[in-house]
Amino acid sequence: MQQIYKIYYIVKNIVVRFCGDSGDGMQLTGSLFSSLSAILGHEISTLPDFPAEIRAPQGTLGGVSGFQVELGQDVFTPGDKADVIVAMNAAALKVCTLGSHFNHPQAHYDDQFSLYHRHAIVIVDTDSLTDKDLEKAQYHTQNPFEELGIPESVQIVPVALTTLTKEALKDSGMDNKSMLKSRNMFALGLICWLFDEPMDKAIHLLEDKFKKKPALVAPNTKVLVDGYNYGQNLALSIHQIHLDSNDQLPKTNGRYTSIAGNKATAWGLIAAAEKAGKHLFLGSYPITPATDILHELAARKDMNVMAIQAEDEIAGICTAIGAAFAGDLACTTTSGPGLSLKSEAIGLAVMAELPLVVVDVQRGGPSTGLPTKTEQTDLMQALYGRNGECPAVVLAASTSANCFDFAYEACRLAMENMTPVILLTDTYLANGTALWRIPKMAELPEIHPQSVPEELKGHFNPALRDERGVRYWAFPGMEGYEHRNIGLERDAERGTISTNPENHEVMVRARQHKIEQIANSIPELKVVKSKVESGKSKDVLLVGWGSTEGHLKAAAQELGCDQAQFNYICPLPKNTHEVLSGYKRVIVCELNTGQFAAYLRSQMPDIEIEQYNEIQGQPFAVERIVNFVKSE
Amino acid sequence: MEASQFKSDQYVRFCPGCGDHAICMALQKAMAQIGIPTHQVAVVSGIGCSSRMPHYLNTYGFNTIHGRGGAIATGVKTSHPELTVWQMSGDGDCLAIGGNHFIHEIRRNVDLNVCMFNNRIYGLTKGQYSPTSAKGFVSKSSPFGTVERPFVPAQLVLGARGTFFARTLDVDMPTTVDCLVAAQQHKGCSIVECLVNCVIFNNGTHAWIADREERAEHSIVLKHGEKMIFGKNRDKGLTVEIDPQTFVPKMIVVPADDPRVLVHDATQLDPTLHRLLALMGQDRYLEVESQKSKVESENDDLPVALGVIRNVEAETYDHAVSRQIAEVRDRAKAHCFDELTETLESWTL
Repeated sequence: MQQIYKIYYIVKNIVVRFCGDSGDGMQLTGSLFSSLSAILGHEISTLPDFPAEIRAPQGTLGGVSGFQVELGQDVFTPGDKADVIVAMNAAALKVCTLGSHFNHPQAHYDDQFSLYHRHAIVIVDTDSLTDKDLEKAQYHTQNPFEELGIPESVQIVPVALTTLTKEALKDSGMDNKSMLKSRNMFALGLICWLFDEPMDKAIHLLEDKFKKKPALVAPNTKVLVDGYNYGQNLALSIHQIHLDSNDQLPKTNGRYTSIAGNKATAWGLIAAAEKAGKHLFLGSYPITPATDILHELAARKDMNVMAIQAEDEIAGICTAIGAAFAGDLACTTTSGPGLSLKSEAIGLAVMAELPLVVVDVQRGGPSTGLPTKTEQTDLMQALYGRNGECPAVVLAASTSANCFDFAYEACRLAMENMTPVILLTDTYLANGTALWRIPKMAELPEIHPQSVPEELKGHFNPALRDERGVRYWAFPGMEGYEHRNIGLERDAERGTISTNPENHEVMVRARQHKIEQIANSIPELKVVKSKVESGKSKDVLLVGWGSTEGHLKAAAQELGCDQAQFNYICPLPKNTHEVLSGYKRVIVCELNTGQFAAYLRSQMPDIEIEQYNEIQGQPFAVERIVNFVKSE
Repeated sequence: MEASQFKSDQYVRFCPGCGDHAICMALQKAMAQIGIPTHQVAVVSGIGCSSRMPHYLNTYGFNTIHGRGGAIATGVKTSHPELTVWQMSGDGDCLAIGGNHFIHEIRRNVDLNVCMFNNRIYGLTKGQYSPTSAKGFVSKSSPFGTVERPFVPAQLVLGARGTFFARTLDVDMPTTVDCLVAAQQHKGCSIVECLVNCVIFNNGTHAWIADREERAEHSIVLKHGEKMIFGKNRDKGLTVEIDPQTFVPKMIVVPADDPRVLVHDATQLDPTLHRLLALMGQDRYLEVESQKSKVESENDDLPVALGVIRNVEAETYDHAVSRQIAEVRDRAKAHCFDELTETLESWTL
């Protein structure tokens, strides 16, 4: 083989954004590239960013779909801005360049809003910049680059993607429309060349992706390889990029893969059921962005999962409550509007003291809100959104990969404490992917469902509790434990209906105590200490919960301050007060108007809490957090 | 087994004279007759007078939230098809707040035994009209009479492609027990409409058939394989007639010895005849006016059909769900978590 002399840029990590029309297959391209990078051992964090419409009018600004990934080492977020852009059409070029200002007339490239850096590489399909394309994307002139005011420091790489794709497929016998669908593979090939990634692995992934449509494998592979080879032609104008491989692998030995948050959540539920020796039941109703959990569990009949698509959100949770009553590990999955509909039934599970896992993949609200965007605005609803004194456990996953751990933990806490557990994730975690170390069943924590002692046979009642204050789980089919469970208040001794005033207070406190004692069986809050030895930043603690972990970590690193991320919201870790009281400035950063800050204030009023909030349906930008902390 | 084995230790708190007492006793009798042990029976209810029923049965019971009994019972039965699952519900719980779950449990044919207590009133909330109250019915929430068109439950059940529909009356204990036993024996979603009297808020709503004298003339107990004959002297029969102009079929009363008298076939898949039978005598429940003036309509002499009207076979939802899981597991490569993760594209460190 001929030796080619290559010139590389060597970088620690890099951000790539694919963007095109919502029909251009950008999500597929982005996820294939991310998977490939993960297989090659890079850390990844991804951000799919797509419009709510399934197919907006072709070529328009509203129809632009994006997929951003950061890869390399110390990857905490998908990155604030891209280093490499692939723009499949005129509209995508405009949206990437102007960011959220794409609709402003006469807007120009502006560091504050653009989705890419001043020194980025922008690969653009020149075949998609015809007058018609420019008109659809609302350009006023025939020179898009000039009109957008793209700085000269940006390296624009024009590629005739459409022509080259058609050329690659000219002997395939495919029609024009089918050929055009493969344009994204040409772009992927080109990016693989740019990062010097091996083609065999990419082809293998592609074959896996199209295993149900084998006819598509050959043409897509051809286009992918042609895209890769075309990269050689560009070698004179751009350098390949090499990710620094020193110390880039995570520390723990094992098998790694890339996983999306929703899939990780589904698998966490599966693993917990197996560990507990329980049958997994899901009652759910389709809702963006939670539906992929239903899809995954419906497909996992091989794992003995029973996944029911119910007639509505309420039936989703109610079928699950029925299964919990009958002795199964029962779950329901939803997003904010669905959580609202399930409120009354969550109250029933609290009252009937049945184990139940409710997954809320948060999206922008209220009402229908921003179905495809991310937000942390259901916290108060999860904590308090029910009638009566109605405590439940609330957990939040903080990375796409640890959605697995917290789904598993939700099941453990539910079954060991006979309570509903609400697990909060969000669009960002659900659709984003991250590197996941695949655990073995044997290494996962034990789960001991609250079984009923043999000596209660013949005189069981549902009000009996153990020394922790947790009632026992007896269910139909068990001889000698027949009982009546209720959503009405029950007598603390006999378990039958009671309207006695003192008894009600006893029961309200018993249910509250049951949740509080869970603090004894969860880990303490950990602080990520800064490496800075001394200085003003030592007095600052950045606090977050859920999906903002990566952004806050990156911001804390830049600021040289400490950082703490909450996964356990209710109950809070036992050392919370101790940790927070050790700092002069406690800054709670969240993607809402301050729900967690308000919750912390209510729990520990002596601690002064500052807050930083964004409510734009997007993850934080690290830069903005840093600027906020510095400016105060 | 004995009916007493199915009695719980709870004092029965239905109002004195309420029709629910009779259904409660009939349930205990029917369950004893069926003979399934108490620990294998789950009784699920929503909210309402009838939904108190689980407290009085010595089985597993779950008195849940308003309208959701159907969905919760679906979860119990689907996750554990080996259990016998009953749902206790009323005309409000089942047809108003829980209407969606009701039609979907029927559509899916979940193997449940559903007792729908129809007293045409909201009792527990003290006297509001229900989805089965006649148009014009005066209640606390309709002081000038309702302007709503009511449901005929049988029509809803058949419209949702129901596989089993029976109707019974609180004061007719033998028919009630028969219907409940048949509901249990039927594999699929069995709906038993129990016509019950509310002594407090809607007393006498079924008087014209509840009265023993009247009952023989105004109702017929249908039995599969038997001729449709009724009347105090068992001198009347039923048959179907097709209008030559409109081709609309209708039930008519003929002398009992008329060769056209039909033999009841509850197992007929086509629901046309079942619908005609189930709608007999229902006109008077549609509007208060027709009750008062006893409008002389052609249908007026048609008896209300009691007993098992429809009883056909179809695969149950709970069975289908478990069957599909078993089929997939049979041909699957991975059966546990560790095997599942082996299928992932991964790299090792």
